[in-house]
Amino acid sequence: MSSNQRIIRILIAKPGLDGHDRGAKSLAYALRDSGMEVLYTGIRQTPEAIVQSALQEDVDIIGLSCLSGAHNVFFPRVVELLREKGAENIIVIGGGIIPEDDIPFLNEKGVKAIFGPGSSIESIVATIRESIRHRRK
Amino acid sequence: MIWFSEREVWHWRNFGENRSSKGGNGAVTNKLKGLEVAQKSWEENRIKAGKEFSTRSGIPVKPVYTPLDLRDWDYQEKLGFPGDYPYTRGITPNMYRDKPWIMGQYAGFATAETSNEWYKYLLSQGATSLSVAWDLPTQIGYDSDHPLAFGEVGKQGVACASLADMETMFDGIPIHKMRISTTANAIGPIFLAWILAIYEKRGLQAQGMQLSIQNDSLKEFFSRGTQIFPPQASVKLSNDCVEYCVRNMLTHFHPLTCSGYHIAEAGATAVQEMAFTLADAEAYIEDLLERGLDIDDFAHYIVAFLGTGIDFFEEICKLRAFRRMWAKMMKEKYGAKKSESMRLFYRGYTHGSYLTAQQPLNNIVRGTLETLAAVLGGIQSNVTSSYDEALSLPSPEAVRVALRTQQIIADESGVTKTVDPLGGSYYVEWLTEELEKRATELLSEVEEMGGAIVAIEEGFFEKEIARSAYETLKQVQSGERVTVGVNKYVVDEPVKIEIRKVDQKEQDRQIEKLRKLKKERENDKVKVSLDRLRRAAEEETNLVPFLIDAVKTYATLGEICDILRRVYGEYKPVRL
Repeated sequence: MSSNQRIIRILIAKPGLDGHDRGAKSLAYALRDSGMEVLYTGIRQTPEAIVQSALQEDVDIIGLSCLSGAHNVFFPRVVELLREKGAENIIVIGGGIIPEDDIPFLNEKGVKAIFGPGSSIESIVATIRESIRHRRK
Repeated sequence: MIWFSEREVWHWRNFGENRSSKGGNGAVTNKLKGLEVAQKSWEENRIKAGKEFSTRSGIPVKPVYTPLDLRDWDYQEKLGFPGDYPYTRGITPNMYRDKPWIMGQYAGFATAETSNEWYKYLLSQGATSLSVAWDLPTQIGYDSDHPLAFGEVGKQGVACASLADMETMFDGIPIHKMRISTTANAIGPIFLAWILAIYEKRGLQAQGMQLSIQNDSLKEFFSRGTQIFPPQASVKLSNDCVEYCVRNMLTHFHPLTCSGYHIAEAGATAVQEMAFTLADAEAYIEDLLERGLDIDDFAHYIVAFLGTGIDFFEEICKLRAFRRMWAKMMKEKYGAKKSESMRLFYRGYTHGSYLTAQQPLNNIVRGTLETLAAVLGGIQSNVTSSYDEALSLPSPEAVRVALRTQQIIADESGVTKTVDPLGGSYYVEWLTEELEKRATELLSEVEEMGGAIVAIEEGFFEKEIARSAYETLKQVQSGERVTVGVNKYVVDEPVKIEIRKVDQKEQDRQIEKLRKLKKERENDKVKVSLDRLRRAAEEETNLVPFLIDAVKTYATLGEICDILRRVYGEYKPVRL
């Protein structure tokens, strides 16, 4: 149980060339206000750079944001790179303009949860806490 | 008889003047005093204290507005007539009575071939202009085979690597009969070179063509993120386009579109959108003046692009107030003398950020309200967002509904019968004033810190906007701000709409085309033109003529931008 006392560290990241980061920044503020330690990469990151930051900063979870339609390429790539580095314990969640049909594919590739526009912060926070509790058992 | 009555009028006028010079306009003052008493009594006896209301910019809204709210307000000074300074009521005397606004659709995806077919479809449906959307690699100056482009090719718009793609994209389209516009920003000068090369190939005189380039790189740094070069170099490149158009008398071109739309999409309030857009405009204008151009030579080449969101009256008033601020800025700050320099041509677009993924058909209603606000605010051209855009690129059906929304407002609703029908409403005029006042204060703050470039470099714009965006998010989350289908009237049902996706194979096709082009073109000519471009960039001359030469050799976008990246460097953002 002691590990539960550690403050959750999350990396919010923008893979690819998409510069729409209103959602990423607002979520960063919201998660900070719900008691997590939040880092934001800024726009235009490669999956490699995101994974490197995640390892350096020793985060528990990565939140990927993509509004350009390239999520099916970037999100699985981040999971894959984490596995290659032996860091599969880092949870990956995602958000953005993501069609319903793509969610099963992304889940199957190891993305824990997808949050579309209008998702409640409460549900995002709950999912994060739940998946971390689950992982630490 | 006529003489007599004129004299009577003269006497009457003199009488009135004498009276007012003795002690204010007695009758009016008395009436206002009476109203003041009546209103006070009404407020005390009839209004229950309760819920507070405010606009989305946080301006408190009272239960009712009366002449007391426009006490020192002067019709001639604040409104005047449509087509007259300060253009609050519109930039032409007849507005939509002459002709409706230009109805465009923002479109482009996958490859030049698929986009070409799509443009032909839109035109067959009555679109009167085309607005080209580029994919992200194109907007950021990477060819489709660049490692950073992987996964993004053709996704957010059309992939365009060279003049060859442009030729395909516009094949069979009568570009001389319509306004072509585009969201090229950091690549604005390259798009200008492409289109000028196409005109030349088709034997069209550029002077007669209508073209709009967004080309506002400054707003990219804090709202949309497709900047390539540092802010100062970005202003230089954007203004190369303006200067080229001015010096070549391309009078129907809009080579610079100062854009607030994306600033608002990033989360800015209406007041921030107005102030930051004007701050950007000032940065461009001041650089153009330093190039030795006169304000009246170039002011009318610059247009503005503001979005309309869901806060109906605030958005209408925003458009009216901004148009007035623009006119005043040109006249009072920059000393413009020609009326065309003060008249602001508006491009409008309904906001994508108010669209919901939940119950997407509701977005048709949002689009209608926002389009109506744009029309009542007096735009010259408009695009209505499609109802499925919170989910994916718009489908053909959704795009058609968006266009029909505009057509129904223009042809059925009757709102176009008179100019500025809301002018004179106590609330509308008061709110227009209030927005102008607040935006002017915020603009002064930016000017005092050194203007837009400093505000970008110090992260001021970005922080201010992020804070507003987060406030909005909190209000939606708490239910204080209602979004139907998201935090009220929620239904749990799967979304059943047709979604358009871009096939990953399009990327392979595009890369294959690029390889073929690089093999088949005359590569020695490409090299010479790129060397000339590099030297010109180092010498700080206007690059447009050199870009035209380069694109004609089929040098690719990536090759051209790599040269410029080497000369100007790339922008490294501040950490917030």
